[in-house]
Amino acid sequence: MPAAFPFSAIVAQEEMKRALLIAAVDQSVGGVLVFGDRGTGKSTAVRALASLLPKMQVIAGCAYGCDPSADHARCVDGCSSRGPKRRAKSRSVPVPVVDLPLGVTEDRVVGALDLERALAHGVKAFEPGLLARAHRGFLYIDEVNLLEDHIVDLLLDVAASGENVVEREGLSIRHPAKFVLVGTGNPEEGELRPQLLDRFGLSVEVKTPGDVAIRIEVVRRRDAFDRDPEGFCQKWRAEDGRVRKRILAARERMGSVTVPDAALERAAELCMRLGVDGLRGELTLIRAARALASLDGDDTVTDAQLRLVAPSALRHRLRRNPLDETGSSLRVERAMSEVFPA
Amino acid sequence: VTDDGTIEQRRWSDAMLAAALFAVDPTGFGGIALRCGADPIRMQWLALLTRMLPASAPLRRLPTNIPDSRLLGGLDLAATLRAGRSVAELGMLREANGGVLVVAMAERLTQGTAARLATVLDNAEVVVERDGITARHPTALGVIALDEGIDEERPPEALLDRLAIHLSLRGTRSIEESGVERASDIAAARARLSRIAVDEEMVEALCEASLALGVDSLRVPLHALHVARASAALSGRDAVNEEDASVVARLVFAPRARRLPVEEPPTADDEVGGDAQRPESSSNEESEEGKPDKAEPLGDIILAAVQAAVPPEVLASLKPSAATRARSSSSGRVGVALASSRRGRPIGTRRGTPQAGTRLHVLDTLRAAAPWQAIRHRERRGVAIEGGSPRIEVRREDFHILRFKQRTESATIFVVDASGSSALNRLAEAKGAVEHLLADCYVRRDRVALISFRGARAELLLPPTRSLVRAKRGLAGLPGGGGTPLAAGIEAAHGLANALQRRGQTPTLVFLTDGRANVARDGTQGRSRAEDDSVASARLIRRARMNALLIDTSPRGQGFAQGLADEMGASYLALPYADATAVSKAVRASATARQLDCASGGS
Repeated sequence: MPAAFPFSAIVAQEEMKRALLIAAVDQSVGGVLVFGDRGTGKSTAVRALASLLPKMQVIAGCAYGCDPSADHARCVDGCSSRGPKRRAKSRSVPVPVVDLPLGVTEDRVVGALDLERALAHGVKAFEPGLLARAHRGFLYIDEVNLLEDHIVDLLLDVAASGENVVEREGLSIRHPAKFVLVGTGNPEEGELRPQLLDRFGLSVEVKTPGDVAIRIEVVRRRDAFDRDPEGFCQKWRAEDGRVRKRILAARERMGSVTVPDAALERAAELCMRLGVDGLRGELTLIRAARALASLDGDDTVTDAQLRLVAPSALRHRLRRNPLDETGSSLRVERAMSEVFPA
Repeated sequence: VTDDGTIEQRRWSDAMLAAALFAVDPTGFGGIALRCGADPIRMQWLALLTRMLPASAPLRRLPTNIPDSRLLGGLDLAATLRAGRSVAELGMLREANGGVLVVAMAERLTQGTAARLATVLDNAEVVVERDGITARHPTALGVIALDEGIDEERPPEALLDRLAIHLSLRGTRSIEESGVERASDIAAARARLSRIAVDEEMVEALCEASLALGVDSLRVPLHALHVARASAALSGRDAVNEEDASVVARLVFAPRARRLPVEEPPTADDEVGGDAQRPESSSNEESEEGKPDKAEPLGDIILAAVQAAVPPEVLASLKPSAATRARSSSSGRVGVALASSRRGRPIGTRRGTPQAGTRLHVLDTLRAAAPWQAIRHRERRGVAIEGGSPRIEVRREDFHILRFKQRTESATIFVVDASGSSALNRLAEAKGAVEHLLADCYVRRDRVALISFRGARAELLLPPTRSLVRAKRGLAGLPGGGGTPLAAGIEAAHGLANALQRRGQTPTLVFLTDGRANVARDGTQGRSRAEDDSVASARLIRRARMNALLIDTSPRGQGFAQGLADEMGASYLALPYADATAVSKAVRASATARQLDCASGGS
């Protein structure tokens, strides 16, 4: 794989970077959708995040990347049979950031009969698909709005249940597939199906920077990277390392970050004012704010964090009112200015 | 030489320059979008380009309807069965590695295929996850998109954004080949490419110029840098200078310019008038300026070159105030491209027996059968078969059939009588119905258009759109009153429906009128001729077998509208107090009925 552009070298686009870092700290926030103009570095940022993530521990030899410290009773690969008594060998691997490319076929998404082994030995074996590979990591879909409907259908259920059920070619298998869904796309090419939209915890809007100085810096860095990828990455390695440490520290800290009642009330009021359906919005808002607080090194969630994450957590959950032209972001802003005292 | 001749000459020399730049750095800046009919001149250009490319560079032609299995690669079935293990087949993208992919009829490219190309151009690798095969192939290539589009038809924006150079040779006649770069010069330039220096001032100037011209995408200035480097290399220099900047301005910026800078010097117009004036002449004067005093002079050179390169008629539409208009029309274009991508496309396979109307998917069927061959042959060993046992044993349960995307996109065209006293009310309700339907379409992805007729003519107030925001903008403050040119209205609707049909969409016409015409087709007043005309137009609709619904808005059903509906072959509905909700409900109901019709009569 070609070297990825360093995360810390991405200019501006703070909301996008923040959302990705939050997802890296707390997977339960539930995925990030980045929608916006062409040429704003959407997929660059996601690929950059991949090379930045701290490694994780897996049970050696498990095709599903089971966590040695967690309950893995559902794994079909035999890790469960080793039981808690015999401690499985673990090893550290990079967190998977799995590309779900356009043109992917169903068998590769959910997994299918291993043709190789079936042909050579007449054995019926399961070959795990991308969903299995993305377990405990990220599943990245570029041009998510162009994904074929029948592939989206496959994802919807797994993304909600965290389990992949395969019933095909005489196979009957279920395995855990918990991943953070990351999607990027350009809204001009089509809207996202509401059901899929709903699977994303945070939704970010990116716009082309209008500031000349920022644009110059973007072009300058990108050009430097294109001309000498290794040298450029070397230059930013230390900076990327700091971001990685920040993620690790945030994960440690997160358990001890308190969410005061005041913050909960604020979140509830904001969601009510915006008419957000269900509790998912509130929950995501709080979780994202907590992850952000831990990234900031704070012990409690404050208004500042809520304000920063509210647009990403809520803008895609507003009910569309065909008679209201106001953009979702603006509606969130407006509600925030009412809820939060200046 | 006429003025036209000069322009043609210039276009051609720019096209040749573009080809040379591409040949110097085929994989560096995405490629070239060439807008031109399938003329001899295009052949000529392509032949010259091919001659300039290194002999070793592969060149592949991509048909627009290429299936993913050929584009991205997948399982090579024949080889797989022969070898007894899965054998991968490379896709065309990978085959073009290090070379060129020529996309013919790029304006017909689906958004899906464009996105796959875009991904490869962005990431320089092909990711294959198909048919049990997982692979990543590093792939660097350049794309030549041949765009034969007419009017609004253009290749998908996602692809155009990634191709640095946009050219047009439309209407250019064949021209003698002069100033063609020799292959050896190109090779020398290619060798020089990695050493070309670009100073900070140039980067800044390119960024500033692109922003000033309303070019949002950051890929453009980035590509511009690569083009500038290729240009410098081609001229035998080691650093990018103003000359390269003006090349970039002509080939990269000018075709994309959405507006011109606000403080436009008055002399700029003169410069545009004199087409023959080459921007280089002005650059020489300013090249001595070594002032570190910002990038303004350089920026000015670029902007002047852009202005000189933009055709005068386009320039007129790029006045600062027009910036927003240019933008909104472009989003419409995207919509059009989107529409053509939704035609009965195979969307996968499923297990099932082929029957009338379904197609067997041979590859998947064999794929399903392949693993079992060893076992089946073993089972068969005892049983004798006439003519010996087949080499591949396919059983009923292996059959896979193709699934097609059934739904063709539908578009609802409202044709609203905006004449007379009740016009305002009717229009308001039609607007409401449009909005209701659009809110609904947000899920179903259908389009809505609105034509109104009053006075002497019909007017397309809302071109087919899926965007609610756009619809609202288009429908704000509709005028009403005047005569009733019913025939004109029907004909306009017929024309639009026809255009949509050709793009593979299913139009539904919804007329809101009382059916009483009083303006004839040629704009003259008079009830009897007007009515004859409208009946004649109505028959057009029937002959074209278009789906139509006529909503009679007259206070008491007076029979005129009923008669008209019969002539059109339209369903008739009397809704004297048609309100938005009732209208949209009626339209939806008729659409559903039609779909059921299609489903039962279809396959």
